[in-house]
Amino acid sequence: MTSSPPQSLEDRVRSIVAEHRDDRGALLPILHAVMEDMGHVDPAAIPILADELNLSRADVYGVITFYHDFRQTPPGRKTVRICRAEACQAVGAAQLADNAKERLGVGFGETTPDGSVTLEQVFCLGNCATGPSVQVDGRLYGRVSPAQLDGMLEVGA
Amino acid sequence: MTASGQVATVYVPRDSAARSVGADEVADAVAAAGRPVRVVRNGSRGMLWLEPLVEVETPAGRIAYGPVAPEDVEGLVAAGMLDGAADHPLCLGPTEDIDWLRDQTRVTFTRVGVVDPLSAGDYVAHGGLSGLRRALSLSPEQVVAEVTESGLRGRGGAGFPAGIKWKTVLEAGAELKFVCCNADEGDSGTFADRMLMEGDPFTLIEGMTIAAWAVGASEGYIYVRSEYPDAIATLRAAIGTAYDQGWLGKRVLDSELSFDLFVRVGGGAYICGEETSMLESLEGKRGMVRAKPPIPALEGLFGKPTVVNNVLTLGSVPMILADGPAAYADLGVGRSRGTQVFQLGGNIARGGIVETAFGITLGDLVERYGGGTRSGRPVRAVQVGGPLGAYLPTSRFDLPMDYEAFAAADAMVGHGGVVVFDDTVDMAGQARFAMEFCAAESCGKCTPCRVGAVRGVEVIDRIVAGVDRKKNLKVLGDLCDLMTEGSLCAMGGLTPMPVKSALAHFPDDFGTTTEEGR
Repeated sequence: MTSSPPQSLEDRVRSIVAEHRDDRGALLPILHAVMEDMGHVDPAAIPILADELNLSRADVYGVITFYHDFRQTPPGRKTVRICRAEACQAVGAAQLADNAKERLGVGFGETTPDGSVTLEQVFCLGNCATGPSVQVDGRLYGRVSPAQLDGMLEVGA
Repeated sequence: MTASGQVATVYVPRDSAARSVGADEVADAVAAAGRPVRVVRNGSRGMLWLEPLVEVETPAGRIAYGPVAPEDVEGLVAAGMLDGAADHPLCLGPTEDIDWLRDQTRVTFTRVGVVDPLSAGDYVAHGGLSGLRRALSLSPEQVVAEVTESGLRGRGGAGFPAGIKWKTVLEAGAELKFVCCNADEGDSGTFADRMLMEGDPFTLIEGMTIAAWAVGASEGYIYVRSEYPDAIATLRAAIGTAYDQGWLGKRVLDSELSFDLFVRVGGGAYICGEETSMLESLEGKRGMVRAKPPIPALEGLFGKPTVVNNVLTLGSVPMILADGPAAYADLGVGRSRGTQVFQLGGNIARGGIVETAFGITLGDLVERYGGGTRSGRPVRAVQVGGPLGAYLPTSRFDLPMDYEAFAAADAMVGHGGVVVFDDTVDMAGQARFAMEFCAAESCGKCTPCRVGAVRGVEVIDRIVAGVDRKKNLKVLGDLCDLMTEGSLCAMGGLTPMPVKSALAHFPDDFGTTTEEGR
C-alpha cells in the first residue's frame, strides 16, 4: 500500500478492497485487512464494503457479526485472550479466567473503562500439552501460572 | 565432536508451543553465548514437556537438552553443550535414542523437528518431492488408485476414504476444480495440523499439489484458523519459496500441471472446521453449514468439484506416493490403515505428538507415553477426539485406537486428540461445558443444535441442582437423541457424545437427591 497523508476511512477501505480485487470470495481477507489497519471494523465501513463488493449491507453486517474475530469497536491497548477449552481447563484455565475477570473488573469480550485491556475468551490456541495458554496481542504463552497472568495484566503504558 | 572454536549447529524450535515457553529467548541466549554458533529454528520433535528442547549437532548425531530455560544456557555452554557434552542434568543424550521418540512410527511427521521448515534444500535432502515426482510420472487415475489402495482415510475426524473422494472429483466434468485443505483445527486437544504446518509446510504443499494432479484441479486453498498466526506466516513463506523453486505455479516441475495455492485465514469460528461451513467461509460468507447432498466433491467451492481434506490427510499423501501404497497399508489394524498422529494434552506429564500405527491402546498412550497426569494425581477421565468426543474412564484404557473399535464403544477417534483430566474434574461441569460450547459456536442454521444446546445447559443445571431430577434426566436423554438424529452436521450431532458419556461413566457427579427414591 502506498502511504499518503491521512486518508479518510472511505479512502482506506476502498484502497484495501482494491488490493483484494482479484481474490475469490474476498470479503474475509478484506475484513482481516481492515482489522489489521484500523483495529476494528467501523460500522461506517459497512456501506462502503457493500458498495465495493456489490453486496447488501445486511450481507456484510452478517459476515462481520458471524465471526468472533471481527469487532466493531476499538479494542483496548492490550488484548488478552485466555483459552477456555478442555485441555486448558484440565490444568487450571478456569482459575486464570476468574482471576483475570476479578482483577480487571470486566467480563469476557469487554474492555476496562480506562481502555487499557480487552479481555477475551478463546477456544483452543493449539497449545494443549503446554497449557494453560494465554495470548497477549497475538503472542502465545504456555504453562501460564496465576502470577504470570497477573504480570500480563499489568498496564505497561 | 566439534572442536572448540568451530561453528556449532544448534537447533532451537520455532514451533509456537516451544515459543510459548521461551524458545525465542533461549535461541537469543544461545546466539549470544560467546562462541560462533549457527542457530537453526526447526519444528518441534513433539516432546512438548521437554520444550524448549535444544539440540546440538555432533558427529555422533544430534544431542538433546531440555527443558532449557533462557537462564540455563550459560551453564549449559560452560558444561560443553556446544560440543555435545553429556555432563549436565538437562542432557537427554542422542535425540533419536529417547525411547519416547524412538518407539514411534513417524511417517507423516518424519521431517518435523528434523529439518529447517523453510529450507527447500533441507526438504529435498530429506526425501521431499519424491512423491510428487512419482505422481507426475503416473496418470491421475493411477495416483487416485494408489491413494485408494493405501487405505488412507480422512484424518479430520470423519475417516472417509480419501481415494474414493478423489475419484469422485476426478470423474466430475468441470473446467475448474479446487483442492481445499481444512486447517481449521479447532478441536481442543489437537495441535498436529499446526505442528505439521509450522514444522514441515512443504509436505502439505506437496500433498495438495499431488491431489491437484490426481483430480485435475488448478487452484488450492489452505483454510487456517486465525488462532494460528505462526502457522499462517510459515505457510505463506513456504508457498513463496515453492513458487520460486517451480514447485507451484505454471508447469510444476516442468510437467503439464499448473497449480496455484493460497492461504486463507478463518475468523475465529469453530464451526468453520465443518467442511461445508469452511467452503461458505472461503466464499466470503457467514460460515453456515450446507445440507448434503450435494457433496462438495461434486458441488464444493463456488459450486465446483472440490477435494476437501484435512492437513494430516494431505500431508500423508507424499509418503504414500513416494514409498508406494503397500508400505502405508501394511501399518494399522482392520480398516484403520497407516499411522495416526495422536496428540496428548491436558493434564498430562509427557504431552506431545505420538505418531504410531492404529491399534495402540488408549491406556498405552496415556500411561506409557503420557506418564499419567502432570499434577501427579490419578487420571479420572480422558476425552478423545475433541470437544465433541466421548469422556472415557480408566476402565476403558484397553480400547484400541481405531475408528471402528471406538465407534463400537460410543466414542470416536476423531482427529486423534487425547485430553487427560485428573481426579479433581467435575464431569457434570464438563458435560455442561459441551452444551455451552455448542451454544456459543453453533452456526444457527438448524434448530436441534441452535436451541438444543441452550436447553441442554439449562437441563443439566436443573439436574445438578436436584430439581425434578428424574424427569430432567429423561428430558436430557430425549434432547440428546434429538440433537444426534436431527442436526444438520456433526456440531449438533456429536455434542451429545461428551454429555452422554459423562453421564454414563460418571453418574455420581450429576448430583443425587432424596428424590432419587421417588
